[in-house]
Amino acid sequence: MSRHVVAAVGEIAPGDRKLVTVRGRPIAIFNLGGEYFGLLNRCPHQGGPMCEGKTTGLVQASEPGKYLYSKADEVIRCPWHNWEFDIRTGQSYCEPDRNSVRAYPVEVTAGAALVEGPYVAETISVNVAERYLVVDV
Amino acid sequence: MTPLLAPGAIDCDIHPAVPNLAALLPYMDQPWREQVVVRGIDDLATIAYPANSPLTCRADWRPADKSVPASSLAQVRRDALDPFGTSIAIANCLYGVQALFSEDMAAAYATAVNRWMAAEWLDKEPRLRASIIVAAQGPELAVDEIERWAHDKRFVQVLLLVSGATPLGKRALWPIYRAAEKYGLAIGIHAGSAYHNPPTSVGWPTYYTEDYVSQAQAFQSQLTSMICEGVFNKFPNLKVVLLESGFTWLPAHLWRLTKFWRGLRMEIPWVDRAPADIVRSNVRLSLQPVDGPPDRDSLLRIFDHMQSDELILFSTDYPHWQFDGTAAIPDGLPADLVRKMTHDNPRATYARLLETVA
Amino acid sequence: MNVQARQTPTTAAASKLAIADGDIHPTRKLASEFDPWLEKRWRDDIATFGTRQRQQWQNAPAYPKAQPNASRRDAYPPEGGRQGSSLPFMQQQHLDPNNVALGILNPLGTGQGLQNIDMSIALCHATNEWQQEYWTKPDRRLRASVVVPYEDPIASAKEIRRYADNADFVQVFMLSRTSEPMGSRKYWPIYEAAAEVGMPVGVHAFGYGGNPMTPGGYPSYYTEEMVGHSQAQQSGLASLVVEGVFARFPSLKMIMIEAGFAWAPSLTWRLDNAWRRLKQETPHLTRLPSEYIRDQVWWTTQPMEEPEPRAHLRDAINWIGWDRLIFATDYPHWDYDDPATSLPLKISEAERQAFFIGNARNVYRGV
Repeated sequence: MSRHVVAAVGEIAPGDRKLVTVRGRPIAIFNLGGEYFGLLNRCPHQGGPMCEGKTTGLVQASEPGKYLYSKADEVIRCPWHNWEFDIRTGQSYCEPDRNSVRAYPVEVTAGAALVEGPYVAETISVNVAERYLVVDV
Repeated sequence: MTPLLAPGAIDCDIHPAVPNLAALLPYMDQPWREQVVVRGIDDLATIAYPANSPLTCRADWRPADKSVPASSLAQVRRDALDPFGTSIAIANCLYGVQALFSEDMAAAYATAVNRWMAAEWLDKEPRLRASIIVAAQGPELAVDEIERWAHDKRFVQVLLLVSGATPLGKRALWPIYRAAEKYGLAIGIHAGSAYHNPPTSVGWPTYYTEDYVSQAQAFQSQLTSMICEGVFNKFPNLKVVLLESGFTWLPAHLWRLTKFWRGLRMEIPWVDRAPADIVRSNVRLSLQPVDGPPDRDSLLRIFDHMQSDELILFSTDYPHWQFDGTAAIPDGLPADLVRKMTHDNPRATYARLLETVA
Repeated sequence: MNVQARQTPTTAAASKLAIADGDIHPTRKLASEFDPWLEKRWRDDIATFGTRQRQQWQNAPAYPKAQPNASRRDAYPPEGGRQGSSLPFMQQQHLDPNNVALGILNPLGTGQGLQNIDMSIALCHATNEWQQEYWTKPDRRLRASVVVPYEDPIASAKEIRRYADNADFVQVFMLSRTSEPMGSRKYWPIYEAAAEVGMPVGVHAFGYGGNPMTPGGYPSYYTEEMVGHSQAQQSGLASLVVEGVFARFPSLKMIMIEAGFAWAPSLTWRLDNAWRRLKQETPHLTRLPSEYIRDQVWWTTQPMEEPEPRAHLRDAINWIGWDRLIFATDYPHWDYDDPATSLPLKISEAERQAFFIGNARNVYRGV
């Protein structure tokens, strides 16, 4: 496990996402209202590219015909088969015990701290005055 | 070798028949009795089972006097109950009540059939139980009919046909399911159609063979409907039994339904379990017709695909011709599976079989 | 979204097994692409009255799909337009990285099954010319289907014979939701012509024949419609067998497209069992239903059933025959099956070869 600087804060707007590659792994970084989450860009079903999916809320039901809506924009749907995953955890809403997409924690870290290491910043040039997104891989 | 059935098998699908409309008249309320006569109404014999079709009655079960097969208690005892050592058989009367267009007339016929069943069969043969015939085209009247018989523990199920005017999961039919759940009655869904829609989803076929084969597709559609509409979420204790449905289609059908559910869950968010789980808790299927592969190993693979030995309920489908002699159980099934089908599964499905009949 | 989200295809296609794809859906970028082959009368009528199908909406499917155009969200061409409307992007996203050596075009939403049959005839012909001009001429990996106005079988047979000597056309294309069951004698001229020119008839799920989606009426949900296509396909195949299409046209090959395949063994067993009892009414059948099916029917694989454990799928394929399945992706539609991941079974090299390309080479005309 090592820590990788993948983007500057501000590079991904709230509600947006960015595809990064860390140690050969494609990872989708999502900004949920200032919180950042990373998911492997590969649906556990057939490998659809999660980063190109649509974010939605979660529709559940207390009983048939009684719809409950929550988690607005916190669910990512695979662009192929519509499987739904919680962006915060990678967990599937169908058979959550069985299916999940690999989640990677994303941390916001000050540039000054990054300069001290041990961080890998392969493609990002770090400025001590800025803050950055760091992924554990 | 046909496995010998352990004594006391429960046959979940036999078809005692109304011999003719005259036999029902004494059980019909006056306005309807008079209509039958004045209008010259014929027997409600639908095209689902053409009278002389080989499948409608096995040759050695056809009465020599050309009367309607399975229409006398003596025949049923001799051909359906005694040879299989049956302890209990569930009578599902197939009379075309469900195909009438008038809700009131259909309900009147349903009442008459149930009264006739109670008086002519259940009162006379303690091994018999029966399904309450209802006309789903009028759900409120169907509930009245269920309540008319709910106190009588010899009625263990409410009978619907697989193809009616609307898909069986639709909320318009839910009062029927609510009543069934409340009174501890299973919902039996039998092959056959009201013929208010074409018998296949691609129109009216040319041959009876296609009509009969397509019943399996109808069952697939209606199982889909009941799961997707959330019938089992709304009525979690409801047991649904598919009768004369075939069952070898079930695994592949659930594979497909589950695949689409995983992608389309948001459309039916109350379906919060995999369809196969719902089937395992709430749905059962009768044995005959087996519609099995020609070899024993493949049939065992199908049971393996079902991932449960609790789904199938023994049935002969008497007098329909599904097997010869007493070979109602396919060769080569393990003895414990046979025991479950003939004894344990029916008892676990029909709550009322565990109750004492007064 | 203005941040990079798309992965660049990286796989070296040459390192992968060449495959055939039995179900690719090209679509028009602009409706006017058909215009060169449509008479003014039809261009005017389509503009004024639309292409009315046997369902309720002017511009939409009967049941709303789960995502736009029922297509992959990652399949919008970068230059704009609908998914499946750009050959360069189809090459870049699908044909090249998946090493598709043979792709069968199955255009949907063209003009099959319309209420106005003359309009249907005109649109189907335009579709066929368009396939050649826009797709098969520029990319020789692609082959076209003769899209026929199947509710007018005489016109359909004429359309089939028109392409009898055109090597770009390798199958006849029908939709499964016909107005009468497929085996009905009404449709026999189609099968006669197809057998004559040596093309298999592909029957693709969907269409609007005017019959409810179930024999118990119209269901509520798109989920039910999607699952229900398998039932429609089963009834259609039963009809083809029982009404004697295979018996009458013994060289005819039929391909069941996009309705799954794991249902086939049970249907076949049921047909055999019912026919043994009821064969008095079908003296035109001289063999068991299963024998006609074994000799004359193929299936495309998508959407492949996904049992758990997945090994159960091997049983289904064994029962059908490894020589009878044609791999298909359904690109660019949403229920796309990925060639690399959709069949997670340990299979032999011979099985892989047959499943992914060999069977297709055996069934499509001249490929």
